[in-house]
Amino acid sequence: MSTQITNEDTELSVLEKDLAETPVAAQRVAAERLSSLDTLESEAIHIIREVVAEFEKPALLFSGGKDSVVMLHLATKAFWPGKVPFPVLHVDTGHNFPEVIDFRDRTVERLGLKLVVGSVQEFIDRGELAERADGTRNPLQTVPLLDAIQRNKFDAVFGGGRRDEDKARAKERILSLRDEFGQWDPRNQRPELWNLYNGRHTVGQHVRAFPISNWTELDVWRYIEREGIELPGLYYAHEREVYERDGMWRAVGEVSMPKPDEEVLTKLVRYRTVGDMSCTGAVLSDARTVADVVVEVAASTLTERGATRADDRISEAAMEDRKKDGYF
Amino acid sequence: MSTETSLLETGLRESTLFRFATAGSVDDGKSTLVGRLLHDSKAILADQLDAVARTSADRGFGGAGATGSQAIDLALLTDGLRAEREQGITIDVAYRYFATDRRSFILADCPGHVQYTKNTVTGASTADAVVVLIDARKGVLEQTRRHLSVLQLLRVAHVIVAVNKIDLVDFSESVFREIETDVQKVARELGLGADGIADLVVIPVSALDGDNVVDRSDRTPWYSGPALLEVLETLPAADELESHLESFRFPVQLVIRPQGALAPDAIASGLDVGAYRDYRAYAGQITEGTVKLGDKVTVLSPGHEPRITTVTGIDFAGSELAEATAPQSVAIRLADEIDIARGDTIAAAGTVRESSADLYAALCWLSPKPLREGAKVLVKHGTRTVQALVRNVTGKLDLATFNVEAASSLELNDIGNAQLRLAAPLPLENYLHHRRTGAFLVIDPVDGNTLAAGLVKDHPGDHEDERYVI
Repeated sequence: MSTQITNEDTELSVLEKDLAETPVAAQRVAAERLSSLDTLESEAIHIIREVVAEFEKPALLFSGGKDSVVMLHLATKAFWPGKVPFPVLHVDTGHNFPEVIDFRDRTVERLGLKLVVGSVQEFIDRGELAERADGTRNPLQTVPLLDAIQRNKFDAVFGGGRRDEDKARAKERILSLRDEFGQWDPRNQRPELWNLYNGRHTVGQHVRAFPISNWTELDVWRYIEREGIELPGLYYAHEREVYERDGMWRAVGEVSMPKPDEEVLTKLVRYRTVGDMSCTGAVLSDARTVADVVVEVAASTLTERGATRADDRISEAAMEDRKKDGYF
Repeated sequence: MSTETSLLETGLRESTLFRFATAGSVDDGKSTLVGRLLHDSKAILADQLDAVARTSADRGFGGAGATGSQAIDLALLTDGLRAEREQGITIDVAYRYFATDRRSFILADCPGHVQYTKNTVTGASTADAVVVLIDARKGVLEQTRRHLSVLQLLRVAHVIVAVNKIDLVDFSESVFREIETDVQKVARELGLGADGIADLVVIPVSALDGDNVVDRSDRTPWYSGPALLEVLETLPAADELESHLESFRFPVQLVIRPQGALAPDAIASGLDVGAYRDYRAYAGQITEGTVKLGDKVTVLSPGHEPRITTVTGIDFAGSELAEATAPQSVAIRLADEIDIARGDTIAAAGTVRESSADLYAALCWLSPKPLREGAKVLVKHGTRTVQALVRNVTGKLDLATFNVEAASSLELNDIGNAQLRLAAPLPLENYLHHRRTGAFLVIDPVDGNTLAAGLVKDHPGDHEDERYVI
């Protein structure tokens, strides 16, 4: 029952008219409006510019993963023809894929950026972090991350986190305040109203900024395709020596060796997320081009983290717990 | 949108974005409704369903013999935090994403339990539409009145009331009609829709079973209207309306003046370095209207008379545009070398008033710390933040009568009127006509927390609008 409250009861409401005319009405709307990708891009650029304007010393977390590559691409568009006006920060677990590190260095060189690296290995070597029993280093990134933020006096750190990735991230603000210990307090977040972002913080606190909060995995891929953005090659189907563990295909590498009973096979695979070699699984795929990947992601029946991330399978609240401790 | 094929097409087609929020009261099944929308529009992937099914089974949900979506607690799909799952309640606004053939949706799921006004105001501030839930067994509650008053205050363009749990009243038409009449009465009292801004739709649904959520139900033959998702797919979005306004507005975020520091990748791709040595453009997001090359514009800056100049360039990352429209982020070049900085506003010439340091506003108070007359606060409006003194609180909304009663302070969840004196003038505009440049935040200067959502009103005397909050 559609009811428009007007003085003239005889008039058909706007809604009834629209419904009567669909799909013609819907087509008209689509033709006149910005596409969802244009709207998301515009929102992200607005947020990036707000943070640069309001903070003393921002940095962008850059791993060479697709979300951070998209973030950097948005930053180049936001400040064109000027240089991106902030450094990039990478927390190197020491277990990264070599081709991703190579991609990171080439990108930084191409854009003339400063790269700050926080090293998990150095913390382990100094005895300030202990290797986990399961060998996964992703959860160990938090300490070097907070250390790099403090030493460099970064007051805002951009991340490529998206709300569709995880149910704890679904509750995250676009500007998220962190206390002196880098902690996230999900029950005490500031309301975020209109497009007015409140980034006020006291000394010692900092803010995490998530300009692509509202993008889905499919949006990211469609944007990569539309903009012709280069990614590390392992996002596309390639042959690799892998073995199966916990229902995931793991790459054979120095830090991810199969156990004696795990058979090594050569498979056509690609990665949906790029984290540590020790906790990121590949998916069987023949998507060799970005267009193939868009089709594959659109048809996928698994979330990207569910399919490929051992660190999120630890418990139902794995991401929430890590975020509270200062993880992205 | 019944098969995987449609999902595929959605991914490959250019769709548009539609933002909506849900608001409800305790136990009216809002999380279940959201879960149902996500589930039936195939936005829930297999591993998420597995996780929810495991937890549902652990808790004995659905009972023996339940199958399919009846065997899982759909609310678990949206309750993201550990405390929420443990207590079975929703604490904070959560954002969800799904797409149909026609649209990509951003859903702000606003809980009704704690800090309900804060959550509803947050969700509604960016929403094109809001879905308000009513339990068919309980009808219109005080919470419903509160939600509708907030939506009227924020002038949310489309209000959809979902009368849920219609299965628990045996799909009774008379129960539905009674609630529908009550909702319309509240809407009339509030003036909802009276100024032509908002419209109202009332739909009988069962979130648990899916009646009238994605598809029309044959168990409500007396209801001939659309299902909820059909409504969401066809309503016009706010930025479509805003982009058609004549009053172009552009708050300047920052000045792009690279001087020597041109981007190496731009140079590598053939940028004419000489031509860009003196490049200067004003970066921002268009909040309403359209700007074209050659348009006359007014520049509003604190401490300056309004200045008129001409748009000579609209740039976006290496492309020169002939025109741009809300909500595009662009960089604008102007004919005259005038001093412009962050916080200034560029607007269609002749469409703006001068800036003012007297702010008359409606406030939604969102903090446990009450507002007192004489308090010093910060006001964040567009791209500027200024100090402000609260001169007086002029009234607050009584939810029982919807009248404005006398008040000298505002407390958590109160909606009221106040006068503030600003340390510097701002280009204030009436929220009724300018949703972006008529909105502001009130911020605590001590801890930086957001205290209130503010809506700019006309000065008293300009109009007789004191009867209602805004």
